Amino acid sequence: MTKSVSAAKGSQIQRRLIPSYIFLTIVSIFSVFPLFWMVTAATNTSLEVAQGKIWFGTNFGQNYANLIAQDNLWQAMGNSFLYAIVQTLASLLICSLAGYGFELYHDKGKDFLFGVLLLAMMVPQVATLVPLFTMISRMKLLNTVIAFILPALSTPFLIMMFRQNSRNFPIDTMEAARIDGLSEIGIFFRMYFPMMKSTYAAAAVIVFMNAWNSYMWPRTVMKGSAVKTMPILIANMSNGYAVDYGMLMLGVLFCSLPTILVFFILQKQFAEGITGSVK
Amino acid sequence: MQKQKRLGLLAKQKAAGWGFLTPASLLIFVMSFYPMVQAFITSFKTGSAARLQWASPITYNYTRMFQDTVFKTAMGNTFLYLIIQVPIMLILAILLAQLLNNRDLKFRGLFRTMIFLPCATALVSYALIFKTLFAREGLINSMLMGLGIIKENVDWLGQSTTAKAVIIIALLWRWTGYNMVFFLAGLQNIEYSVYEASTIDGANGWQTFWSITVPLLRPVIVMTGIMSINGTLQLFDESVNLTAGGPSNSTITMSHYIYNNAFVGKANFGYTSALAFVVFILVAVLAVINLKVGDTRD
Repeated sequence: MTKSVSAAKGSQIQRRLIPSYIFLTIVSIFSVFPLFWMVTAATNTSLEVAQGKIWFGTNFGQNYANLIAQDNLWQAMGNSFLYAIVQTLASLLICSLAGYGFELYHDKGKDFLFGVLLLAMMVPQVATLVPLFTMISRMKLLNTVIAFILPALSTPFLIMMFRQNSRNFPIDTMEAARIDGLSEIGIFFRMYFPMMKSTYAAAAVIVFMNAWNSYMWPRTVMKGSAVKTMPILIANMSNGYAVDYGMLMLGVLFCSLPTILVFFILQKQFAEGITGSVK
Repeated sequence: MQKQKRLGLLAKQKAAGWGFLTPASLLIFVMSFYPMVQAFITSFKTGSAARLQWASPITYNYTRMFQDTVFKTAMGNTFLYLIIQVPIMLILAILLAQLLNNRDLKFRGLFRTMIFLPCATALVSYALIFKTLFAREGLINSMLMGLGIIKENVDWLGQSTTAKAVIIIALLWRWTGYNMVFFLAGLQNIEYSVYEASTIDGANGWQTFWSITVPLLRPVIVMTGIMSINGTLQLFDESVNLTAGGPSNSTITMSHYIYNNAFVGKANFGYTSALAFVVFILVAVLAVINLKVGDTRD
């Protein structure tokens, strides 16, 4: 009896949710379709893409052959991976150390400094572009990994994220570790690091995505063809007069594959990462 | 003796604390603040990159802006994107978050993943996807032709109004799901019972949205608002790769125009720096306004 009542109530609730389902379905289709189309276009000829074909074709092999004939795809993939991974590792180390220092050793001076650093969030990238370009070229670092990573190594966002999450780190354990004779840096690596793994994972996703996506800065300091990144490769590809759409979409697919894979594998960390400093 | 040792330890701890935060802090000073000061100084100079000299009059670069029609256009475009895209995006994002926060809804995870997916697309990639979709011989035209809505191909990216619309659509596509995630996280901090109570009280979805969700999410709205304003004022990838600023600069953004002044053809670092400083001031002013508006303490 009660079961059928609650079932009837359940179906009534579901009926009231029909507009929600319709709306969410429409938004979902709009969200997914361009990406689905990108994948199918990568398997079609340029003409088929132009004619509006939206299903899979048989031209994948030819598109791939055209792509690697026109540009060094795997070198650019390799470069993008290398820069993004180096930036991720270095950035996590530097910013987590800072977040840890600001939270667990905090005093008036450090809190003030933290406030000052936050102001850097307001500095637009385009405003520092010319001075940074001059600096990097004077240091003879153009076309190097260091040039790529240097300006984005330390960000207020990441420091803040680690600082906020460090609040969960128990001070008592630190005292206990000190009594056991662990050095300050030892506490960081042996205790803080293992405890904060989920914060590191979320932060890693964010830094990797930003590094992979970065475009204005590499366009400025990574001019050499051997140091080209994926976004630059596909941007160049689309600039010709007769663009091969099939080939272009294959390039676009390659450029998005790592970020989409990271998204699917680490979706939870991804969501935590972008909302990481909101707590 | 014991006391002295303890003091020594404390000093050591203090030093360690500063040691931990020094590399990150130094980097921010060298890579953000110092270049900002340099840009400010350079903004009073003229000449090519190699031989900059003080401008005469000293404010030359700043007065020059007022005659620069392309910069005015770029500023207008950027603000147009801001005024149209940011509110639509944020309202849509809150609405989606509210719908997805309903525990009776089935397939919540699936919907969330699909709506969230666009922000996993690389930035240049999505600009090129939309460029191809809206090309003269693109899918949008062939679909509209097929449905009989248009008779001949529309040159979406070749006309200033439609090109601007395409940029706004692309931005909405890329960033709505991203903002939705913040609101979902914010809603999870709100007691679910508040919602159930309002449903029992007979409030419909729309009433719940305006009278409960929006006020409770105010801090998150302020934050996403600041982020979106900041991001929109700095738009670059879309302008460069989707429309190349065209047709004839009608979609160009401030960052794109500034970049061109420094690195495309000319190397006018002085003027570039002055323009960039204007962007900095706009970002700062809008952030402060946003914080003030969002401040609930009266």
